[in-house]
Amino acid sequence: MIYREAGQYKASYQADQAIFPIAQDRLVMIALLAVAFVVVPFVASEYVYRAVLIPVVILSLAAVGLNVLMGYCGQVSLGSGAFMGVGAYAAYNLGVHLPFLNPLVCILLGGFVAAATGLVFGIPSLRIKGFYLACATLAAQFFGDWAFLRIKWLTNYAPSGSVNAPPIQLFGLDLSSPTAAYLIALCFTLVLGLATKNIVRGHIGRQWMAIRDMDIAAEIIGVRPMYAKLTAFAVSSFLIGVAGAMWAFLYLGSWEPAAFSIDRSFQLMFMVIIGGLGSILGSVLGAAFIVLLPIFLNQVLPPLGALAGLKISTATVSHFEAMIFGALIVFFLVVEPHGLARLWSIAKEKLRLWPFPH
Amino acid sequence: MGFFIEVLIGGLLAGVLYSLVALGFVLIFKASGVFNFAQGAMVLTAALALVRSLELFGQWKWPFWLALVSAFLFAAAIMAVVAWGAERLVLRKLVNQEGIILFMATIGMTFFIEGLAQTLFGADVYPLNLGLPKDPLFILESLFDGGILVNELDIWAAVIAGMLVAGLAVFFQRTRIGRALRAVADDHAAAQSVGIPLNQIWFIVWLVAGLVALVAGAVWGSKLGVQFSLSLLALKALPVLILGGFTSVPGAIIGGLIIGAGEKISEVFAGPLLKDLGAWLATNGATGLGTVLGDVGATLTGIEIWFAYVVALLFLLVRPQGLFGERIIERV
Repeated sequence: MIYREAGQYKASYQADQAIFPIAQDRLVMIALLAVAFVVVPFVASEYVYRAVLIPVVILSLAAVGLNVLMGYCGQVSLGSGAFMGVGAYAAYNLGVHLPFLNPLVCILLGGFVAAATGLVFGIPSLRIKGFYLACATLAAQFFGDWAFLRIKWLTNYAPSGSVNAPPIQLFGLDLSSPTAAYLIALCFTLVLGLATKNIVRGHIGRQWMAIRDMDIAAEIIGVRPMYAKLTAFAVSSFLIGVAGAMWAFLYLGSWEPAAFSIDRSFQLMFMVIIGGLGSILGSVLGAAFIVLLPIFLNQVLPPLGALAGLKISTATVSHFEAMIFGALIVFFLVVEPHGLARLWSIAKEKLRLWPFPH
Repeated sequence: MGFFIEVLIGGLLAGVLYSLVALGFVLIFKASGVFNFAQGAMVLTAALALVRSLELFGQWKWPFWLALVSAFLFAAAIMAVVAWGAERLVLRKLVNQEGIILFMATIGMTFFIEGLAQTLFGADVYPLNLGLPKDPLFILESLFDGGILVNELDIWAAVIAGMLVAGLAVFFQRTRIGRALRAVADDHAAAQSVGIPLNQIWFIVWLVAGLVALVAGAVWGSKLGVQFSLSLLALKALPVLILGGFTSVPGAIIGGLIIGAGEKISEVFAGPLLKDLGAWLATNGATGLGTVLGDVGATLTGIEIWFAYVVALLFLLVRPQGLFGERIIERV
């Protein structure tokens, strides 16, 4: 009744190709942005920022990046944690060696360094695919772990191996509060997410999808596999690198190489699979889901256990978390390979017909 | 020289254990085309079931041999449950999907199995005592000064692994089920059309892989204690497989040995060698290059964690099918 597009005519090609062709979608989006930018800073507490909002926003961007590679171009990557690390350490080193650069510029430049690294590790994908590529990206992950730990130059010879992010400032304003960090992260994620949405709608995105669906057929109709795959690797690593730099600068503050371990890679992969392979919205939903579920379990399981007369430790909760994540991955792959995003679009279809389903 | 051989033997014996894990991968990959990422989690589960039930039977004051046999039977039963679950709940639902989807499903399974096993059996480090001798041993004392130090347990591990491989070979070549397994590995559709029940075969293959995981877990667990890091072995098996070829049992074994030995030798010798070279260059004129090489040499510690992957990566560029794998031409 409410969600109906009857009577909305598209008079130009521009209107037809809009990101949100339906007026209600536009309204909802504007309302969401208004809430995110205006309402949230007034109501959110520091705990909500640190535990929920900032991680969701930053990891959304990383998940979008991984989705470009896995969901759109069909190349499996188990090295996204390392690419986040490359972004973070590159941003850190740029800040150290070029102190006149603003940290926010460093974050962006960190993304470009990560993109270059991604290109290098993407080169094997020109010859290999599937498990073989998974192994190649795993090599990137372990090499990254080692490099951040052992190559002292990367950590500016810090004796403990842990490094500190520079204070975030812009035009003399101090932007180190959680609210500011949240807003900065939101701006980055929004702008880059929008850009990615447009890239995947355009000719490059179509090339990626053609390669994903069948590489030989794509090559025959004139898609250059090398160009398509390497652009996917570059764009994906750029987004993941910017997310990594934000993760380090805006969320962690000071960090050790363990922050970008293989667990992070798996976490991002779960976000993409649960959220929906090949969907920007899905990446955001997946990130929110993966961040919120452990918090939810930590709140709910111990009281439940107490009801049943069991004492549930935090270790047990984390094992439950692993079990639930694992079961969900299998469940989504079996039942709904397009993840939460597909569930959302089914809901929209239903809403269009409601309340007269015939 | 004695020290070099000592490192080499240490590496080879570690490689035996990589081979055991890789073997489980190959069995499942050949029969069902699934790249089973959960093999490491299966090793962990089997080892945990073994060590915990052994502890329990020990508390019941059972004689040691009876406790040991019962614990092995219990762990094997657990692996049967895992195999049944994998076949029934995951593989059967994902028939005809792309390999990479199945691969991601096994990653999900990994997390599920790990979580479940640690909830049921606990998540500490448990020492495992199978009654195998653990004393260090000096051999070839006549040849080298001071002899070569090896651990008796490692030799036992190698013997057990050898027996396992021989047993598997007999099982595959001489028994009815083994023949059916080979038929399925060769061609699914043809095997099904002559009346081989695919679902049953998949269950058996996963069970065999589970038993291989049990042996690997028992051996590795008695060496290092049963702990979570066992499941990370799965990641080391990937380069082993690339080196040996995904479809070859001898490939898994030889790949494991090469990776194990290469890892230890490069870890122990590469850094110091570069450092010495740098020092030599620095004293003979090329000061700049010498210092750089020396710095690189000093940094090259702990390269164990990526050495195997980089070797595999280089190998992929030269010979993508591995040393013994079937040549599958798939141009991209």
